[in-house]
Amino acid sequence: MRQYNKLIFECSSAGRKAYSLPPADVPSSELPLSLIRSEHAELPEVSEVDVIRHYTNLSQKNYAVDLGIYPLGSCTMKYNPKINEEAARLPGFSEIHPCQPAETVQGALQLMAELEEMLCEITGMSAFTMQPSAGAQGETLGLMIIKAYHRQRGEEKRRKIIIPDSAHGTNPATAGMLGMEVVEVKSDSDGGVDLDDLRKVLSDEIAGLMLTNPSTLGLFETNIVEIADMVHEAGGLLYYDGANANAIMGITRPGDMGFDVLHLNLHKTFSTPHGGGGPGAGPVGVAPHLVDFLPVPVIIKKQGNYELDYDRPLSVGKVKSFYGNFGVLVRAYTYIKTMGAQGLKRVSEMAVLNANYMKEELKEFYELPFSQTCMHEFVLSHLKNNPYGITTKQIAKRLLDFGMHPPTIYFPLIVEEALMIEPTETESLESINEYISALITIAQEAITNPEIIKTAPHTTPVKLLDEVQAARNPIVKWQKEEKKG
Amino acid sequence: MFPYLPATPEDEKIILERLGLNATEEIFRDIPESVRLKRDLKLDDPKSELEMGLILKSLSRKNWNADSVPMFLGAGVYDHYIPSTVRFAISRSEFYTAYTPYQPEISQGTLQVIFEYQTMICNLTEMDVSNASLYDGASAATEAAFMAAESTRRRQILVSETVHPDTRRVLSTYMGHRGLELITIPMKDGVTDSERMRDAISDKTAAVLIQTPNFLGYLEEITEVEKQIHKNKGLLILSVDPISLGLFKSPGEWGADIAIGDGQSLGNSMSFGGPGLGFMACTKALMRKMPGRIVGQTRDIDGNRGFVSTLQAREQHIRREKATSNICSNQALNALAATVYLTTMGKHGLQEAARHCYDKAHYAASLITESGKYQLAYKKPFFKEFPIISTVTVHKIQSGLLQKGMIGGYSLNQDYPALQNGILYCVTEKRTKQEIDCLVQALEEIE
Repeated sequence: MRQYNKLIFECSSAGRKAYSLPPADVPSSELPLSLIRSEHAELPEVSEVDVIRHYTNLSQKNYAVDLGIYPLGSCTMKYNPKINEEAARLPGFSEIHPCQPAETVQGALQLMAELEEMLCEITGMSAFTMQPSAGAQGETLGLMIIKAYHRQRGEEKRRKIIIPDSAHGTNPATAGMLGMEVVEVKSDSDGGVDLDDLRKVLSDEIAGLMLTNPSTLGLFETNIVEIADMVHEAGGLLYYDGANANAIMGITRPGDMGFDVLHLNLHKTFSTPHGGGGPGAGPVGVAPHLVDFLPVPVIIKKQGNYELDYDRPLSVGKVKSFYGNFGVLVRAYTYIKTMGAQGLKRVSEMAVLNANYMKEELKEFYELPFSQTCMHEFVLSHLKNNPYGITTKQIAKRLLDFGMHPPTIYFPLIVEEALMIEPTETESLESINEYISALITIAQEAITNPEIIKTAPHTTPVKLLDEVQAARNPIVKWQKEEKKG
Repeated sequence: MFPYLPATPEDEKIILERLGLNATEEIFRDIPESVRLKRDLKLDDPKSELEMGLILKSLSRKNWNADSVPMFLGAGVYDHYIPSTVRFAISRSEFYTAYTPYQPEISQGTLQVIFEYQTMICNLTEMDVSNASLYDGASAATEAAFMAAESTRRRQILVSETVHPDTRRVLSTYMGHRGLELITIPMKDGVTDSERMRDAISDKTAAVLIQTPNFLGYLEEITEVEKQIHKNKGLLILSVDPISLGLFKSPGEWGADIAIGDGQSLGNSMSFGGPGLGFMACTKALMRKMPGRIVGQTRDIDGNRGFVSTLQAREQHIRREKATSNICSNQALNALAATVYLTTMGKHGLQEAARHCYDKAHYAASLITESGKYQLAYKKPFFKEFPIISTVTVHKIQSGLLQKGMIGGYSLNQDYPALQNGILYCVTEKRTKQEIDCLVQALEEIE
């Protein structure tokens, strides 16, 4: 196929159009001339054929779950069921306005209320809000709730938040954004929270602990009960980062582990598409003692009808316009209903089995810093036999030549040259075996043909891109003059 | 067997054997007994595709929707025309089942779309730099306020009462946590009280936030405030309706430092208020303070043009607690919709759509106020929304319209109680003359 390398602006030709609007059916009104824009916005002039060809061509330069395995650790790139897409596009869901009278959106409110109930059951929490747009916004809200709880109890001095050194970057970024002080706690030799280190940092200034369980190393925190007790005894609360919830559905619940507040990533665990980087949804669930702090509005049922309740004096306020990313909620609702209890448990079982199988097959070729049973993902380090100093980045680029998406790399930060692999439950054994065999082939090439790895990728639409130049000399929009150069 | 779970019992056996396990539950042996769930989750039985289809249809049919009834709601979420090209593009699963472009060599589709999006947002707002999008208009306002505070090293944000109430609510939720002071300046005659705003600006002011067209639909005159805030070395944040930019002055023309807004109107369905997107563009001077992803152009080792995420030193995965924001994802798929929308409408289509909105809204306003029963709250230039006051209660009007099978405007009772029985009507290019005439007639017939 031909290489397509045009920007839409370069397809533009004065006089072409891709839209059609009906003729005016009302008289035109006079415009306030002093407020009129002096020049047209510089937008493309193309035909509908140009639009469709251009964006279809661009789509073909993307790798995606619908093309093959995408084992990006901690991102849960599972298959996105098609009925979910059809559901979200039903006009009764997509063409409704958030300010319609409640009696005209009973179906939407019912769906949100039922989803809340199901997420409570899955996580063992008491109530959920659907408002946050993504995990990061869920974390923000979660920490706001923790702050509000302490303030309510007259303990405003609790401004420190404990975060393990293996945590995702959003955890400390969120705490920083909310003016909280981050206290890092070390991991022990098994990859868990170091209890002695935790004991040292606990004090009456601690607001809480943020924890991902399974951790970003893909390991279940076996001391979770002790950790929860220690933090609670010190007067702090436990925040559960739900990034890795795909490992535990129907097996164990954050509420039963002692967590007080959590967020889930519906775009990970509950199969809603990642969209190239959003939209997501990061609903937040809370234990009974935090329910009053949830953002407004809360959906309530009165005499058989659903209503939005804004009368919540202790609420932390609003973190997003309206009620959340409803279109994403419809997809997650559909997913949970189609899987049921039995299906969700099966999801976690297969996600964990697949990850362990891959780990076992690969540990002969790659360093495995933590050898215990993993959950839904695992972390590898250097190649075991690496005479030519192949880096993790080079391995990732070489995988592109096999037509596969590389794992998450250089994360978590506490593992050198990390390769973090999350196959998910939606990959077949054949697909997993192909991935294993690609990684083993690369391990062999590292000895026999290191050049082919170092110069990868070879088969992608563009080759290795110069990221340094992009940052040094930022070109962040297309400009006409450039055409000449 | 479940349709999304390919493992057969035979596959499972192979895996268990490889792991030296007898049964699947043994894989969870690291989870302490005391926290194990020893029962099944209480959820309904799994539904087949046919059963699920029925459930969804029945739920969705309980909702009145803009495809089947005339709707005159706006207030931040708009029922604009979505060209068929948009639905086509966002349904390409190469786009919607990809993730954040961590591997640029196999993500050029997404990256180039964002680069084109950034260019279109810059051209639309006449600003220098755009990011790859934010969650929504309210979060864009919050991020802009943080950005202004950080770059001016000041803590006070002045916001006009005519800014969307939900945006102000979200702002006030966030501001306190960072020790920022949010001061609301009351409006005068439906627009920002320029005099009071000017007087409030001092060398403590990080930024002024004004929305135009404002929440009540009126177009703001910003010249005076712009002079004063810049004289005091603070920043001007302008929140705009992107469709209005087909006709009216851009943030760049007003002298804004940061332009923000809600981008839902650009090819995204209303979807009960989400997902949409927020957009943000700024001057070159502020580029390195901007939150969220930014895509830049570069070359590959063969010299071919390509695109990468750039200026990542600002972001959470590098800076951790010192990041400019905790944002990871943008609203990539919604930004794709916006890009395809702006491409499809193009230079002239956007102006034409804006002109339709303007003319239809003015036609509706003049007919609604014709008999004198209803009045415009203020006689000022407006775009596609306008507030109507009357002696008839909001409740009577709204339920009267519902009885006639249409959904009226947005009640202003709670946020602008001074407007007697105020209702904000919105008329987009999708409303026909016939629908407007029906609304007018229905309003006349109410008691």
